[in-house]
Amino acid sequence: MGLRNFFDKLEPHFVKGGKYERYFPIFEMVESLVYTPKTVTTMAPHARSYVDMKRIMTYVVIATIPAIWFSMYNAGLQVNSAIATLGPSGWRAAIMEFLGVGFDANSIFANIMHGALYFIPIYLTTLIVGGIWEVLFSVVRGHEVNEGFLVTSMLFVLILPPDVPLWQVALGISFGVVIGKEVFGGTGKNFLNPALTGRAFLYFAYPSYMSGDTIWTPVDGFSGATALSISASEGYEKLATHGITWMDAFIGTIQGSLGETSALACMIGLAFLLITKIANWRLVLGCLGGMIGFSLLLNVIGSDTNPMFAMPWYWHFVTGGFAFGLAFMVTEPVSASHTNMGRYFYGALIGFMVVMIRVINPAFPEGMMLAILFANVFAPLIDYFVVQSNVKRRKKRNV
Amino acid sequence: MSQTYKKMLVDPLVDNNPITLQVLGVCSALAVTSSLNVAVVMTLAVTVVTAFSSMFISILRNHIPGSIRIIVQMVIIASLVIVVDQVLKAYAFEISKTLSVFVGLIITNCIVMGRAEAFAMQNPPLASFVDGIGNGLGYGLILLLVGFVRELFGSGSLFGITILETVNNGGWYVPNGLLLLPPSAFFVIGLLIWAFRTWKPEQVEEREFKIQSVEEH
Repeated sequence: MGLRNFFDKLEPHFVKGGKYERYFPIFEMVESLVYTPKTVTTMAPHARSYVDMKRIMTYVVIATIPAIWFSMYNAGLQVNSAIATLGPSGWRAAIMEFLGVGFDANSIFANIMHGALYFIPIYLTTLIVGGIWEVLFSVVRGHEVNEGFLVTSMLFVLILPPDVPLWQVALGISFGVVIGKEVFGGTGKNFLNPALTGRAFLYFAYPSYMSGDTIWTPVDGFSGATALSISASEGYEKLATHGITWMDAFIGTIQGSLGETSALACMIGLAFLLITKIANWRLVLGCLGGMIGFSLLLNVIGSDTNPMFAMPWYWHFVTGGFAFGLAFMVTEPVSASHTNMGRYFYGALIGFMVVMIRVINPAFPEGMMLAILFANVFAPLIDYFVVQSNVKRRKKRNV
Repeated sequence: MSQTYKKMLVDPLVDNNPITLQVLGVCSALAVTSSLNVAVVMTLAVTVVTAFSSMFISILRNHIPGSIRIIVQMVIIASLVIVVDQVLKAYAFEISKTLSVFVGLIITNCIVMGRAEAFAMQNPPLASFVDGIGNGLGYGLILLLVGFVRELFGSGSLFGITILETVNNGGWYVPNGLLLLPPSAFFVIGLLIWAFRTWKPEQVEEREFKIQSVEEH
């Protein structure tokens, strides 16, 4: 219990009246990272639950673990396969050679190792830069640093391409944390998803680093299109000629952002979140319903010039960021609608918009990020109408 | 009286800025701030129009019937805008092409109308003129600040002169494409308002809603 004593000894300096009163948030952050928060319910109503914010956020991080492992494996797999034909380049390859691991794309260890060399620098940059902003705001505003940032930083890393320059990572997470969250009052008051806000910033600021064919596998001279951009240009039936079967896309051994290629890993995370009731099933149902419904409608309408019209819903499901967004971003409770009825509509709006952007908008091959941000903005409006219709219904009953 | 003239000139710069405090004229501030050259010309155009329209409206203020005053104000403002537009087309054709409709849209710029309604209708011509200049400069100050950020980080130059050599030209700076899109000015203006209100806390508005918290026992 040496650590406990250490914290207890330090605490008087940080609480009100202590020497370092101003820096209480930092003390609180470190302490509650190591131990359970000591706060007890002091205000009415005395509803008690074991599921506090810390637990919710920790569960979400746990849910991303399959996606994290798979992201490292797949990034390494893509790089190692490309190196087999193009030869190694860059400092990561040098480390791999130095350690004697080699570039065997069939070795799971070599893949994960090489992928980790991409994943870890991005993650560390996110944690350090984002963490500085979090601490800065919590010290100036006197609120506590909470675990929400761990989720934001993890999700942010998983939706970036492996090749993204680290200074862009720093800029993106700064924008996400400051504009997406802190200017509106911090965790719980963000009406946009901070991780997606950061990614949207990078997407519009540095489009050539965030989309295209050369960024998904960081090997010099390698060009590999994502499943969605192949579908957009040639039609989904042609994916097989590029060596992508539905099973590949489902398991995730395809080109794409770090964590979002594997629908399977995302579904494992989603199942965990649904079982622990962190994620609300109505959001998931609404989103799937909207996506399946609208893509079926487009299949029926058909188009001679746009091959995306024919893309069936089960391909929409496994390509791009749909599965990842569905598991970790649609279900985010703060930026989603808060009424049960509203949750169906909110989910359906995302499902509808994602197909709409992918199929009908020629400017963007992928629509999950924009669809979720769009629905984030509409979530309060949806809630408003749900509440008003409830009021109307009850008034009628009482005439 | 000289003290108040100075106040009229300086007040709209920070303390009563038309963009950051009154949040007027934001539309053109989004559209014309992607480069400083355009921002400067727009500032001059708006300043001239605001100053002279305020002055002319002030001269006529005792003869304008209240029920049709907006129409009369619009006629005066529109005439001035057309003059400015023609002058720009004659002497600065390139810039007037970049500004395109936004010169014409000065007619509907809330700052011009706002000063006419709120100040020129009650004050003598000279005061109205100075007030118009002050507000035009207040508008211009924000335009220049926003234009500075957007041009420097969006295309690596200031007034068209390269400051940060971009990657495409063999330099090191990767231009931020978002800043070239008009919506980015929302972020820049928003951050400016934040900075101004941190500097001058009296500008912060009262909260419309307060989050209720139950008393602690």
